[in-house]
Amino acid sequence: MALYSEKVMDHFTNPRNVGKLDDADGIGEVGNAKCGDIMKIYIKVRDGIIVDVKFNTFGCGSAIASSSMATEMIKGKPLSQALELTNKAVAEALDGLPAHKMHCSVLAEEAIRSAIKDYYDRNGIAYDKAQFPDPHDEEEHTDDD
Amino acid sequence: MTRTVYVDNAATTAMSDAAIAAMLPYFKETYGNPSSLHTVGQVAKEALDGARARIAALVGAKPNEIYFTSGGSEADNQAIRAAAYNGLAKGKKHIISTAFEHHAVLHTLKKLEKEGFEVTYLDVHSHGNITSEEVAAAIRPDTALVTVMYANNEVGSVLPIRRIGEVCRQRKVTFHTDAVQAVGHIPVNVVDDNIDMMSVSAHKFHGPKGVGFLYCRSGVPLKSLIEGGAQERKRRAGTENIAGICGMAAALAEAIGNMQANMAKERALRDKLIAGLSAIPHSRLNGDGKNRLPANVNMCFEGIEGESLLLLLDAKGICASSGSACTSGSLDPSHVLLALGLPHEVAHGSLRLSLSEYNTEEEIDYIIAEVPKIVEYLRNISPVWEALEKGERPHLI
Repeated sequence: MALYSEKVMDHFTNPRNVGKLDDADGIGEVGNAKCGDIMKIYIKVRDGIIVDVKFNTFGCGSAIASSSMATEMIKGKPLSQALELTNKAVAEALDGLPAHKMHCSVLAEEAIRSAIKDYYDRNGIAYDKAQFPDPHDEEEHTDDD
Repeated sequence: MTRTVYVDNAATTAMSDAAIAAMLPYFKETYGNPSSLHTVGQVAKEALDGARARIAALVGAKPNEIYFTSGGSEADNQAIRAAAYNGLAKGKKHIISTAFEHHAVLHTLKKLEKEGFEVTYLDVHSHGNITSEEVAAAIRPDTALVTVMYANNEVGSVLPIRRIGEVCRQRKVTFHTDAVQAVGHIPVNVVDDNIDMMSVSAHKFHGPKGVGFLYCRSGVPLKSLIEGGAQERKRRAGTENIAGICGMAAALAEAIGNMQANMAKERALRDKLIAGLSAIPHSRLNGDGKNRLPANVNMCFEGIEGESLLLLLDAKGICASSGSACTSGSLDPSHVLLALGLPHEVAHGSLRLSLSEYNTEEEIDYIIAEVPKIVEYLRNISPVWEALEKGERPHLI
């Protein structure tokens, strides 16, 4: 299908890291069902490293592919590095997303940040609040079609 | 090689052999312009006149009541604008329609609202239909036009057009119907159905794309949308698409000739498909269960999103469509499903399967086998489904 790159279709039809972690150290959930996208990311952290990551996603093909790619990109990485992951990097790793699907990669970035914030909160680790803007601000959709 | 099971016939259909054969002579042999005086042109004109007479007879019209257009959208635009401005000239600025019309109608009405017209959009209720009484109650002394679709393209409801037409005739209000999904599929007769104006598109009944017609009853004023030459009795400028028009005539003749057999076959396949897919827990049939196009199936599956469902079906060779936001290119799900009162999150998980007489029972069995597996897979990775199953979120269907 020409709508998506081969990479997107690969990560959509064979998603990596799909599932849940019952003993997760941090869980991030972003999006809302009304808008058609919800992403939930589970992380397991040891010595500041994301040793395992899983996701569940309700959404379109690019939302599932973005979740899959984003989890691949942070697995085994230090939290500091995971926090630097941008939606653009996720989209680029997928060989691009159609313009009206870029918000799916934004959701992936937000879900990861949200899971890391949850980990910090659970463990009483101090952080700069400015690093975690309220993801709900991003959900304001503008209908410009 | 994956097989192809095409069940998106409400979007477009494969052309029939008869339609293709009817078009071919008009590319190289009879290529004339019907407006030309010479023999080559006049032969083309004879073909045009013949197609017009044939099409008119097939819908119960007179040949001079048929105006060829580029398709259903153009016919909708022209009919609605003509009737609106004709009303305006008499001081009438009110239009009645429904909330689930095709965008060709809705967007034209939105433009007219900006120009000062007032539009009443009748509620289509949870079952996706209206009554002629509801139309009658909405008619006002300043109502210029009632425009109500014959059958809905997404959920397949067939509307009570004959009775709505009767009401409009009694109250002397112009009545237009977008019959793009009906003509060639169910019996339509402009006289029996009390229709003043009707839009039709060829590619929905195995004809070519880019051609359709507007029926406009004698005596109902019609203005041109496109200025230019004197074609179509000065109501539609531009050299006629002779090949397309002849292809449309052949396709319509075939569709109407085989209609009873096609309807019976499609109904059986449709009902089998609905029964098979309804076995999926937390699913729902959308649209009118009784007054329904023979070939339309529209279901919602809770906890999943329609575009991912379509992509996975496509990987299995099944070509369908969805009212999910992601497939529409906008962020809201289909206005039709929302008009039925479905919550956004349910509307996102919709699947439309629109059949044709070319489908086989074996294909239906294949769909019934594949869809539940894909729905289950998507539900297993869906946090919405997880919340539904845990009781953290109430099931809506």
